[in-house]
Amino acid sequence: MNSLSEPRKWERFFWPILASALLLALWYYSVRWTGTKVFPSPREVGKGMGELLRHHVLWRDIVDSLRRVAAGFGAAVVLGVPLGLTLGWYPAANQVVNPVMQILRPISPIAWIPVAIIFFGVGDRAAMFLIFLGAFFPIVVACVSGVSNVPSVFRRAGRNFGLTAPQLLAKVLLPAALPQILMGLRIALGIAWLVVVAAEMIAVDSGLGYLVIDSRNSGKRYDLVVAAILMIGVIGLVLDLAFRRLEKLRSVRWGFRFES
Amino acid sequence: MSLTQPVSVPAAVTTKLSVEHVSMVFERDGKSTHVLNDINLEVGDGEFVCLLGPSGCGKSTLLNAMAGFLSPTTGEIKVSGEVVRKPDPRRIFVFQERGVFPWLTVEGNIGFGLSKLPRAEREQRIAHYVKMVGLEGFEKTYPQELSGGMKQRLEVARALAVNPDMLLLDEPFGALDSITRLIMRGELLRIWEAERKTIVFVTHDIDEAVQLADRVVVMSARPAIIQQIVNIDIAHPRDISSPRYLELRDGIFQQIGLAHKV
Repeated sequence: MNSLSEPRKWERFFWPILASALLLALWYYSVRWTGTKVFPSPREVGKGMGELLRHHVLWRDIVDSLRRVAAGFGAAVVLGVPLGLTLGWYPAANQVVNPVMQILRPISPIAWIPVAIIFFGVGDRAAMFLIFLGAFFPIVVACVSGVSNVPSVFRRAGRNFGLTAPQLLAKVLLPAALPQILMGLRIALGIAWLVVVAAEMIAVDSGLGYLVIDSRNSGKRYDLVVAAILMIGVIGLVLDLAFRRLEKLRSVRWGFRFES
Repeated sequence: MSLTQPVSVPAAVTTKLSVEHVSMVFERDGKSTHVLNDINLEVGDGEFVCLLGPSGCGKSTLLNAMAGFLSPTTGEIKVSGEVVRKPDPRRIFVFQERGVFPWLTVEGNIGFGLSKLPRAEREQRIAHYVKMVGLEGFEKTYPQELSGGMKQRLEVARALAVNPDMLLLDEPFGALDSITRLIMRGELLRIWEAERKTIVFVTHDIDEAVQLADRVVVMSARPAIIQQIVNIDIAHPRDISSPRYLELRDGIFQQIGLAHKV
């Protein structure tokens, strides 16, 4: 099998499953051979996962985490998209705001935790604020570059058909920039999911991040720690896959390359 | 005939477009580039004129000025006696096929300039132009699934649908393969004969110009002046091996300074 050949149908499932099985086996035997008492084996983690599900804590934590992401990410979309479109539309305004944004952008949202706690106290709103911060800048940047990269032929064609400025924004610039905006939203959603876990470890007492830290603190239950970590990974994957479905919508499909 | 003076169109035809002493100078990085030098031209209503010249000579710049995307440094361009100041749906600029909107279907593209019309009339107009450019069956198709020639016809249909007086075509067939290009020339002539729009067509292809135009405006290298205006007095459909065709074509080759040998 080389990079050019089309994988056969069974191969598409077989190889990933094999890789996962090998990883599980590696994990299992590493735990056995090193004789560690701290790090759990796959089976213990499976049991831990069952325990979490039976006691219904897992669902509550998942819902709490998702709720915080929805609020923080949602606010970032609602504020970030219009701001990004405006800045892309008025390059002069972008030149004013850009230096400040370039300084704020690389700061990890985690660094804002003490500030968030001063503003919002320990609780939901602090976590949501951190998620908002993490998601906001990638969204604004994607919208700005999406709008400013719209080829001038499209703008000129729009003006030629007599569109007013707001119509040009709605009927030409937004749809032309949409693939890039969606890409930015997807990156931002990934970041939001990273940040919620970190925020929950410090600022609140529920959610998957809290579950990880609480399982360690109350009785060194590393089986539950790893179970929660796996859950975080699976939900992150599901969120990303769900978002990627948007990229296949017919009116944005042209902006993406698909391997398959 | 040496014709650096504007050639007026015959008295029976009204002047649609007039270019009066237009010069264009671009300032970039402190350097000024003189692109157009005192261009004078009149185009009659319903006439098909080709602007022909070497690459980078400023013929596209002139076309952009006619459309209202650029304003001349000096001089004026008038359409139906009105000075051109900004783009207008009465004169539609057709880019190479990359001008179609990839986020809209064939129908959506053709209907793009028709949002003010009542629904029934809009749909009728769309259906009419889908048929005219031979895209029946592709109404719901997105441009990325169309060939280059189909995209180009789609863009022409989108332009015609708003019922403009003029079409300004900027090397519209430049990106197509030579067979498709020949077919598209025939299609364009058919549409022009049906709708009788005034057409200004920019090309650097001498054969293309002589096959299509009523008059060929030969432009020099930068800063461009009009070297010569050649009347193509052959009726359509043109026999491209007839002595008159070859005579006119070779005349232009000589005018541009190309020995007609490869």
